[in-house]
Amino acid sequence: MFDFATAFAEAFALVFAGDAALVQIVGLSLWVSGCAVLISCLLGLPLGAALAMTRFAGRRALVVAMSALMGLPPVVVGLTLYLMLSQSGPFAVFELLYTPTAMIIAQVVLVTPIVTTLTRQVIEDLDRDLSETLRALRASWFDRVGTLLWEARLALVTAALAGMGRALAEVGAVMIVGGNINHATRVMTTSIALETSRGELALALALGLVLLALSLGINAAVLGLRDRAEHQVAHG
Amino acid sequence: MADPQIIPFPQQPLRAPSVAPLLAFDGVSIRRGGGLVLSDLSFGLSPHGISCLLGPNGAGKSLCLRLAAQLILPEEGRITCDLPPSQIAYVPQNPVLLRRSVSGNLVHALKLSGVRWRDRRDRLQTLLTQARLTFAADQPAQSLSSGEAHRLTLVRALASQPQLLLLDEPCASLDPASTAALEELVCTIARSGTKIVLVTHDVGQAKRLADDVVFLASGKVRETGPADRFFEAPGSNAARAYLEGRLLT
Repeated sequence: MFDFATAFAEAFALVFAGDAALVQIVGLSLWVSGCAVLISCLLGLPLGAALAMTRFAGRRALVVAMSALMGLPPVVVGLTLYLMLSQSGPFAVFELLYTPTAMIIAQVVLVTPIVTTLTRQVIEDLDRDLSETLRALRASWFDRVGTLLWEARLALVTAALAGMGRALAEVGAVMIVGGNINHATRVMTTSIALETSRGELALALALGLVLLALSLGINAAVLGLRDRAEHQVAHG
Repeated sequence: MADPQIIPFPQQPLRAPSVAPLLAFDGVSIRRGGGLVLSDLSFGLSPHGISCLLGPNGAGKSLCLRLAAQLILPEEGRITCDLPPSQIAYVPQNPVLLRRSVSGNLVHALKLSGVRWRDRRDRLQTLLTQARLTFAADQPAQSLSSGEAHRLTLVRALASQPQLLLLDEPCASLDPASTAALEELVCTIARSGTKIVLVTHDVGQAKRLADDVVFLASGKVRETGPADRFFEAPGSNAARAYLEGRLLT
């Protein structure tokens, strides 16, 4: 019978002692997910805004496809990227397999549809309210996109946060393309899976606690920022 | 102020042949839901003063204004205006303000109008002074009162220094003091040479402000002419009934 109390005690000890292995794993997780969310925002924000404000043949199909991609199975993304990056794949020359870069690419594929879809929804709603005013001010299409993105900044932070949540919690794709290599591509989620399977519950629990704390912390920070910004907008 | 007048177009001869209309509707029609909401509108507006589009709710006044602003296109007929779109400003009935400070709203409009960065500060001060909102420059626009928000929206439209200003019921839902402040601002703008076309269903406001009137009812132009003549001796039964306070259906 496993002693949960001992495992938790060891987990807290690892966290509070700042265990080197744990710090490295957490650091890599944040780096990979942070980069992925940043790239996804750079792609998804303008793409979502363009989808919201442009009418063209096939737009509806693209919108539906983007929404569907929000639920893309990570293992399928991992497998597809694996095939493309492996020695027999078309991108073998870049030698990206089992590197943090491959993990970032996988997370970008998973997070971009989320950011794009949420951005499209937010901008579409806002455009309904502001479209006539901005057109009356003779704003160009690009000016309108820029203005709407800035006006929707608080909601878009939430979209980025949703992407960060997805990226940090993702395990299947990064496991396949990263390989879960110690000191190289091991992140929190893949470590938790590995340590649990090995029966090393202390480290798994410690990482789980950190993951939970990070998730709560990021959410709390963003919600706090959002409340503050909304208060400033409304009351100065 | 110059002698502004409605120039009936094109069926009747112009009252002042030397004054070409700044804005002219020629047989303009719009359909919505299978029915005509604007039917064969033809009239011209002189380049100066304040013209009121007067009529009951649902007459098609706001639609006319949006057509004039080139925000929508007529399905039939033609609208001619001597000015480029950048010289036409439109203010919708409900003030739509950006989630920025009062100054931020104005600076953004100046930026969209292509005003150079180094000129923006002076222009901003002028607009704030015009709107009597200097005290609120750094306040969030969302925190303004209804009257202040209307004034801000109005001066924001002046960022491009338009020659034609289209106002859709600018005083709707305002109290008398706010209405007075806004009407004073409208008159000041008109005196500076900007042509103003104002939509209202308020006869009192039309009497106070209008130099000429286009009276609409049920999507048709029922009467056009100088304001004093229109209010003293309306020529159409619909206008007479409206001015007498009878309900038009």
